[in-house]
Amino acid sequence: MNADDAGLVAPTSPRDLFLSFNRLALQGFGGVLPVAQVELVERKRWLSRAQFLELLSVSQVLPGPNIVNLALIFGDRHFGWRGALAAIGGLMLAPLAIVMALTLLYARFDEWSVVAGALRGMGAVAAGLVVATGLKLVGTLRSNAMGPIACALAALAAFGLIAIVRVPLAAVIFGLGVPAVAWAWWKLPR
Amino acid sequence: MSSALSAPELLDLLGHFMLLSLLAVGGAITAASDMQRYLVAEHGWISDAQFTASIAIAQAAPGPNVLFVAVLGWNVAGLPGMVATLAGILLPSTLLTLSVTRWTARHREARGVRAFTTGMAPLTLGLLLATGWVLADPLVRDPDHRAATLGLVAVTIAVMLRTRLGPMWLIALGAVVGGVAMR
Repeated sequence: MNADDAGLVAPTSPRDLFLSFNRLALQGFGGVLPVAQVELVERKRWLSRAQFLELLSVSQVLPGPNIVNLALIFGDRHFGWRGALAAIGGLMLAPLAIVMALTLLYARFDEWSVVAGALRGMGAVAAGLVVATGLKLVGTLRSNAMGPIACALAALAAFGLIAIVRVPLAAVIFGLGVPAVAWAWWKLPR
Repeated sequence: MSSALSAPELLDLLGHFMLLSLLAVGGAITAASDMQRYLVAEHGWISDAQFTASIAIAQAAPGPNVLFVAVLGWNVAGLPGMVATLAGILLPSTLLTLSVTRWTARHREARGVRAFTTGMAPLTLGLLLATGWVLADPLVRDPDHRAATLGLVAVTIAVMLRTRLGPMWLIALGAVVGGVAMR
């Protein structure tokens, strides 16, 4: 427990989950994760920043789409199967309808250079949103038992291997994850 | 999309995406290169251009990026194709995720579970920053779009860290700036 946890609340019903995940999915152009952080942590106060990072870590390591895993785990934690289905339904149903509508209209959009430019601009903002989400979560590492130096090394190595060297994700997760978890095991109080 | 597949072909499609579901650690997009190999190179069900367009469309729409899988399935075989690819990519990972997290929830305080979440936290952060980098990189490399891209990224980060404005407004700003200056 730390000060960050003060004032947290829980979702009231599967319906509440469905509507909230629907709301965050529909704002999530070019990736839902930054919106999920804003909605779940800052607006709904369902999770602290540290809890969000922990949930995201688990979602990232398990196979499947990260945000879908995050919705499943969070929904299941509160209302079991019904919660998991409500969260994933809210996340997927309306966006699926929109994507299919766009697919059917695509032939007409294709040739407009304004549309291509708008997509590039949205892509640039999407990149900035993901970076900002990462920067907001940096502070949560202060209470990490591994210590600041090991945390910085692990984060920089993960960034460099994926962004610069372009190593496959599974190799990075195993190659860095095993030593990082072993180090955390050793540093954690028994 | 009118190229309806036979029932065995649809089952093959479903089976392949179920396999990818369990391999796609870090999101469905990490398995996209294998989907290209399977759908375009091996079976010739869609063209390379259709494959690329499917991903672009899904990224232009709101919602999880995994929806590009639904567009691929639709382009391969209409509604049955969409159901096969989407169910295939979601079901195995969903069942695995629920069983693993139910187990860890009961053992939340176990040292192994705490070591796992503690050790993975900085990696997760590094991966997030890397995703941002990878998204921006192709635009930054293009001299025509470099200035606008860097400007939008900087404004986005500043607004997200300093204000409580919703991300949707920034996306709208990006669409306008891009439509005018990034053609």
